[in-house]
Amino acid sequence: MLSDKDRIFTNIYGLKDKSLKGAQSRGCWDGTKGILEKGKDWIIDEMKASGLRGRGGAGFSTGIKWSFMPKEVGDRPHYLVINADEGEPGTCKDREIMRNDPHTLIEGALIASFAMQAHACYIYIRGEFVREAEALQAAIDECYENKMIGKNNVHGWDFDFYVHRGAGAYVCGEETALIESLEGKKGQPRLKPPFPAGSGLYGCPTTVNNVESIAVAPEILRRGASWFAGIGRPNNSGTKLYGISGHVERPCVVEDAMGITLRELLDKHCGGVIGGWDNLMAVIPGGSSVPVMNKEQCDNAIMDFDGLREHGSGLGTAAVIVMKKDTDVIKAITRLSDFYHHESCGQCTPCREGTGWMQRMMHRMVVGNATVEEIDLLEAVTRQVEGNTICALGDAAAWPIQGLIKHFRPEMEARIAAYQAAKNAAA
Amino acid sequence: MSNMNIQQPDSFEFTPENLELAKQHIAKYPEGKQQSACMPLLDLAQRQYGWLPTAAMDVVADMLGMAPVRVYEVATFYTMFNKEPVGKHHVQVCTNISCWLRGSDDIVKAIQETAEIQTGETSVDGLITLAEVECLGACSNAPMMQINDDYYEDLTGEDAARIINDLRSGKTPKPGPQNGRNGAAPLGEPTSLTGDA
Repeated sequence: MLSDKDRIFTNIYGLKDKSLKGAQSRGCWDGTKGILEKGKDWIIDEMKASGLRGRGGAGFSTGIKWSFMPKEVGDRPHYLVINADEGEPGTCKDREIMRNDPHTLIEGALIASFAMQAHACYIYIRGEFVREAEALQAAIDECYENKMIGKNNVHGWDFDFYVHRGAGAYVCGEETALIESLEGKKGQPRLKPPFPAGSGLYGCPTTVNNVESIAVAPEILRRGASWFAGIGRPNNSGTKLYGISGHVERPCVVEDAMGITLRELLDKHCGGVIGGWDNLMAVIPGGSSVPVMNKEQCDNAIMDFDGLREHGSGLGTAAVIVMKKDTDVIKAITRLSDFYHHESCGQCTPCREGTGWMQRMMHRMVVGNATVEEIDLLEAVTRQVEGNTICALGDAAAWPIQGLIKHFRPEMEARIAAYQAAKNAAA
Repeated sequence: MSNMNIQQPDSFEFTPENLELAKQHIAKYPEGKQQSACMPLLDLAQRQYGWLPTAAMDVVADMLGMAPVRVYEVATFYTMFNKEPVGKHHVQVCTNISCWLRGSDDIVKAIQETAEIQTGETSVDGLITLAEVECLGACSNAPMMQINDDYYEDLTGEDAARIINDLRSGKTPKPGPQNGRNGAAPLGEPTSLTGDA
């Protein structure tokens, strides 16, 4: 288990002083100027060497992403955009950073902006997080007052940090939809290419990073890439904020090492599964968009990108949703189908029509009002949505259903048989 | 916009204070990119008026140099813009997976019974509007609900009923976890950040 000295988020529960002074006493803003003086190439190389993979779900190397920005600023300014549109069901980690440990994020935003030669950063916070946006804004104001950021700040890199609140649209967590929304339009994803690093916000070179990816950067650069890379397994390094919800004794958000086993994570931090480990039915290990795992897979699951991919699932946002044995897992996945149908932006036909179709089909599966062949039909339709849309929302709608059919088909068939039996008995 | 039966006001005007706030929002964005302030201004208008009438969208369009239809598109795309009146306390219960697993059905039922309304309705006293919403991003504190700007977390049905009763009698219930825990820390003994490191 990770020891406290290796934890980046020292005030994730908000029990300590949240002010600039308090954050500084815990190590934030220590030697920031020295980090910038080492130069942007050093910073990007160090981020690459740390092995940090983006914490927003896709898991792409943060350092490599930063290196995609043009080396020199041309006639268009560069922008850093931070994605705080946290809305993936099960995910509730960035909220804790913004409201309790905001200085990790502000310092990271300054360093990342410098590394990509941006003088302005916009953070797009989901609209419902009013209090979180207020907490972050208060921390930003304090940084301006103390010349930590702004024009002519003590770090020698002019930098403005702006808070922008969304207004309730899950799809805006997709980076190009987020950019559209930030430009004052409806949040519908753009076709790529061009990629944001070439043409993003206002047509300018832009990098969109998750809150956690930015917030861990200062500590990585202070302690060195090898420190971060030494935690967890190769290609899956570092510490991670896990958000655990559902049927555990004590749900929580906690920072621990990548590569911790699922069982240790739940036992050490959450008091275990309600009714004990053998009462476990299924876990969605990385937010609603990754496939569900059955008990057997959970027995051996290692919580990192490669470990969960071995089980046909994914780390996603490390939002662990736990379901005990008496859960109606078909109904649980159907709730996600309702969600994706509600959140489809309507731009691409396979997603717009497919999410509605899958939702209606899933509602029939919940009661068993279907035929066994229709399970195969449902599976086939998920394959027609997957990969055929501009953004990943279509994939995200398809995968939970695929996971359900793969691991819980017997339950679905039993539901259908029971429905038929009841119908025959009534006839 | 979405409901033609809603009685729309003839005009809308920002208060001087909100006009000042609107200018501050617009100043966040580069010259010529003031359209970025569309959502912040709609939010301001909704806070001022209680909901978002078409007249307010037209005012925002005018302030930002946008075609009105572009503002209507934004106002109807995002769920947080209320195109019709809501009660003084907009109660939004998350019923997505993490909350459902921990009993959000009980929360919805308790509020329906206490406020004597169905989901989507406003109580006769005009105080409580109940909505079921998608994930609000507080999953480790499930089940939870949002009332106006505040989150109420780690709820039981009794908690939800008490909160609704408090609101109806003019009290201000304390937001956050209702079971005594700190934020998203595990209930009881901490499992991390125990030392002074």
